[in-house]
Amino acid sequence: MRRDRDWLAHGILALGVVLFALPVWLVFAGATQNADAIVRGELSLVPDPGGLSVFARVLIHGTPGIEPVWHMLMVSLGMALCIAVGKIVISILSAYAVVFFRFPFRKLAFWSIFVTLMLPVEVRIIPTYAVMATFGLIDTFAGLWVPLIASATATLLFRQVFVAIPDELVEAARMDGAGPLRFLKDIAIPVSGANIAALFVILFVYGWNQYLWPLLVATDPGLDTIAIGLVKTISVDSQTDWPAAMAIAVLALLPPVAVVLAMQRWFVAGLTEGEK
Amino acid sequence: MERRTVFGGWLLPILLVLPQVLLTGFFFYWPAAEAVWASMTTQDAFGQGVVFVGLDNFVELFIDPLYLDSILRTAVFCAAVGVLAMGAALGLAVFADREIRGRTAYRTLLIWPYAVAPALSAVLFLFLLDPRVGMLGRWLNRIGIDWDYHLNGTQAMLTVVLASAWKQVSYNFIFFVAGLQSIPRSTIEAARMDGAKGWHRFRTITVPLLAPTTFFLVVANVVYAAFETFGTVAALTHGGPGKDTETLVLKVFRDGVINHDIGSSSAQSVVLMLGAIAIAAAQFRFLGRKATS
Repeated sequence: MRRDRDWLAHGILALGVVLFALPVWLVFAGATQNADAIVRGELSLVPDPGGLSVFARVLIHGTPGIEPVWHMLMVSLGMALCIAVGKIVISILSAYAVVFFRFPFRKLAFWSIFVTLMLPVEVRIIPTYAVMATFGLIDTFAGLWVPLIASATATLLFRQVFVAIPDELVEAARMDGAGPLRFLKDIAIPVSGANIAALFVILFVYGWNQYLWPLLVATDPGLDTIAIGLVKTISVDSQTDWPAAMAIAVLALLPPVAVVLAMQRWFVAGLTEGEK
Repeated sequence: MERRTVFGGWLLPILLVLPQVLLTGFFFYWPAAEAVWASMTTQDAFGQGVVFVGLDNFVELFIDPLYLDSILRTAVFCAAVGVLAMGAALGLAVFADREIRGRTAYRTLLIWPYAVAPALSAVLFLFLLDPRVGMLGRWLNRIGIDWDYHLNGTQAMLTVVLASAWKQVSYNFIFFVAGLQSIPRSTIEAARMDGAKGWHRFRTITVPLLAPTTFFLVVANVVYAAFETFGTVAALTHGGPGKDTETLVLKVFRDGVINHDIGSSSAQSVVLMLGAIAIAAAQFRFLGRKATS
């Protein structure tokens, strides 16, 4: 009885694994094959080792109408890193100020951040674009990430962590003559290490996966992210270079998946703890 | 909760909180105010300036059958994505919670799609379901099913739902696994002793104890489907054929960025913001005041 149950569990989980992996494997195998074969629908699930050069081709040259893929990967990487690091830094600073000090308008500052908790960029694209134009941030690299780094969620998370630091620890640090900045550097930031790691993964993926915002705010091809470039490749009117599109899809997928898998432990813990 | 021990001074904390407050002001409050203002104006007949029209744009919006269709379409889309992504995730999580060999490996292999961009999941599904280059799409046509999501609205909706839900299963899976782990084994064992069989035990013990996780995920999935799937839908169908897959966010983008109808698209933005705030308020009320307590 128990054995049968185990087989059922293995069967269902394996099916899930295959359903997730299959589309990616299909695209990887397709990238190595002949363009004509793909259009004829003769896609094989076995990759052709001779076709692996397509990855080098798109990385170095791109396809007609888009930037070389290495360049778009760099833009995506820069954008994802700036968003992740920027959000974490300003959120730590603001949470630290709100928790460890009493200053005028403290409550107002906190609540004005808190209210924006769930206002995704998608609902405010049109008006934000107008503000961006005022600041001259259209078609700049800063425009890709600066407006996305304000974060109520991260501020709340760090606030929870800082509130939990025992008063005795603060007293002791003060007795030893540690000032607020010293306490931030030596105590507050180190104790939130696990939270920072988890948040980094979540925000890196968030930044890497942005599509609507870069589409709107940057028309300069030099600022195309990999997601933008990929959609451009498949949207050309005439003959799409299918193997190239498939290769770009695989290359776009690898960095965020690698980050999630490498930091899986912190990521899963941080995601589920942060929301509860 | 407030700290008893704090540092003195007020210049330093103000400097520390300033970047966040400024960015929030510039990129949340200012745009929100602009949107509210623009939603109550319209271009004059000569395109020379703007005229204040009060709530006219909103009235026009809510008597426009196209807009009402778009709301309904978005609701159907959200419900389909949510049910599919949460159902599949719960099924997988229940089996991944069993004491079976290799369950750590299974979990790893089931969470990575979290990292896949919405626009990218669209491309993966294109290669699966496109009637010309998609493996499954070609096969469907070969066995006699007339499959082309570029022409058939229902098939287009099905395609964007599948592509959107596929990516979201991982996120839900992570939360359901955590939720299942927090159910005490002793509770399950007690039910087993009382003779509760598998399905009955799941329905009467597991499901109620998972309710907080489930509620959180319902909200998260609605927010995901309503706002974050722009890339998926735009890359797969551009909202078409016709307007058959045009969700509210796509409509804002089309009206504002492509058709330059600033009054109407601002009114639509305001409606979306109010919707997002309502969702946040509902979640906040339900999940209690832990976040700010």
